[in-house]
Amino acid sequence: MSEMSALRMLRPGLLTTVQDRGRWGHQAVGIAEAGPMDSFSHRLANWLVGNGPEAATLECTLIGPHLEVLCDSTLAVAGAEFELTVDGTHVPMHASWSVRAGQVVAFGRRHQGARAYLAVGGGGVLTPLVFGSRATHLPSGMGGLEGRALRAGDELPVSPCGDAVRRRAGGLVLPSAGRARLRVMPGAEAAWFADTAWRTLTQVSFQVSPRSNRMGYRMEGPPLPLRRHDTMLSEAVARGTVQVPPSGEPILLMADHHTTGGYPRIAHVISADACVAGQLGPGDFVEWVACGADEALEALRTRERALAVQTGGDSAGGDAWAT
Amino acid sequence: MKCRLAGDSLVMLELGATIDPHLHARVVQLAAALSAASLPGVTDVVPAYGTIGIHFQPLVTDLARLQATVQRIDASLPDVPVTGGHLHEIPVYYGGDDGPDLADVAAWASCSEDAVVARHSEVDYRVYVLGFVPGFAYLGTVDPRIAAPRRRVPRELVPAGSVGIAGAQSGIYPSSTPGGWQLIGRTSTVLFDQRRTPGALLAPGDRVRFIPV
Repeated sequence: MSEMSALRMLRPGLLTTVQDRGRWGHQAVGIAEAGPMDSFSHRLANWLVGNGPEAATLECTLIGPHLEVLCDSTLAVAGAEFELTVDGTHVPMHASWSVRAGQVVAFGRRHQGARAYLAVGGGGVLTPLVFGSRATHLPSGMGGLEGRALRAGDELPVSPCGDAVRRRAGGLVLPSAGRARLRVMPGAEAAWFADTAWRTLTQVSFQVSPRSNRMGYRMEGPPLPLRRHDTMLSEAVARGTVQVPPSGEPILLMADHHTTGGYPRIAHVISADACVAGQLGPGDFVEWVACGADEALEALRTRERALAVQTGGDSAGGDAWAT
Repeated sequence: MKCRLAGDSLVMLELGATIDPHLHARVVQLAAALSAASLPGVTDVVPAYGTIGIHFQPLVTDLARLQATVQRIDASLPDVPVTGGHLHEIPVYYGGDDGPDLADVAAWASCSEDAVVARHSEVDYRVYVLGFVPGFAYLGTVDPRIAAPRRRVPRELVPAGSVGIAGAQSGIYPSSTPGGWQLIGRTSTVLFDQRRTPGALLAPGDRVRFIPV
């Protein structure tokens, strides 16, 4: 151990949290999975610094942090495209670079995407494991640093500097600016909706409301009328689910969603596109595209191959997709 | 048993669509057996009233394989008693600052506050589902005479330990959160502690008895 393996937050940014691949296996008692909004970029950031898929990164939202590195480290940032500097000197996205103790890493202007992931080489951020995970779940105040978003003055324990790994990702397709196509399978309660509802969903663009967060995106668009108005008993729900409460305004469930829900589900975003959804911010537009189960599986294989190509075949753990 | 997809990474097993202790006992038993089986590609098993959600990794397993495994495990399970779960006695301070909605519930029920307390505490409840926040248990079934609906305007902050009613359901808030249930009392029992394993005091299938103090 070096004596001071830590990052000190100088400016926290808009919403910076510790995330790993999520807290799985405890949903029966209401403990949510949390984890990165864009697991693809989180995994890529870990690969760039030579970490395994279990390492925790910092998820930086819309306005990134400024932080002082208290030990010599290797860092990398993947995901939303920010201008990055170390002591005022430009450093690249999607490549790892070395920093010395006392240097300041600053996130500047953001060009596209909503969330970037800062990885620290040698094993990542080392806040305590809670039920097997370091992921921050904001609604229940669990994981990360005291279960909350990071603040100025916080010192985050990180792994001592391991063997320096310097990597760069190639052929990267960056998140599109302001508009995304999300492929959706018909929802578990698709039959509860009027025939016009699915047509509306797949023909009209919806907009991410400012009243959105890591739990879910409220989507503004035309109403999606129900033809059945029974009360549903609550049951398990998954990330990517598009549920429609009585207000008629659909909600896309994201990383911090509750473990159970009781609103009819009109659609489910496929796993391959979860990372695309994770790069959306308030005001961005979504085009929902109908998709079948076979196509969803093929799309996930394609996404995994893309990560393998960028990482030269070493895809940072093929089992990590579930985050 | 019906098996349907809710997206490409969640299978819903539907054993029934009612709130029924016998159905629920089977749900809890099957969910426990599925968890214990540590099936390849299964990341979480989530029992509810009449359904079980199985979260899975689509690159590792699929609906057909899971369906076959579930049927095999289901067929191997013995009948289970409805009252198999652990019985928890929860001391409750009813009314006053601890239960600010007790008077409203009494007015809704056209009875005295003491009658509400008696009716709430003289039945054993079943833990049906945990959700909303870690350790929050949906308990059934509340005496229909005091089954007041949710408050029209939810509170911004419900204190931890508050005991509430929402129609046929009762529940205890494990932590301070916003909430819309009618608050009739409060307990000092700790419902969730993330330093413990398991973190939640109550588990699906357990029983709860409220003791007025």
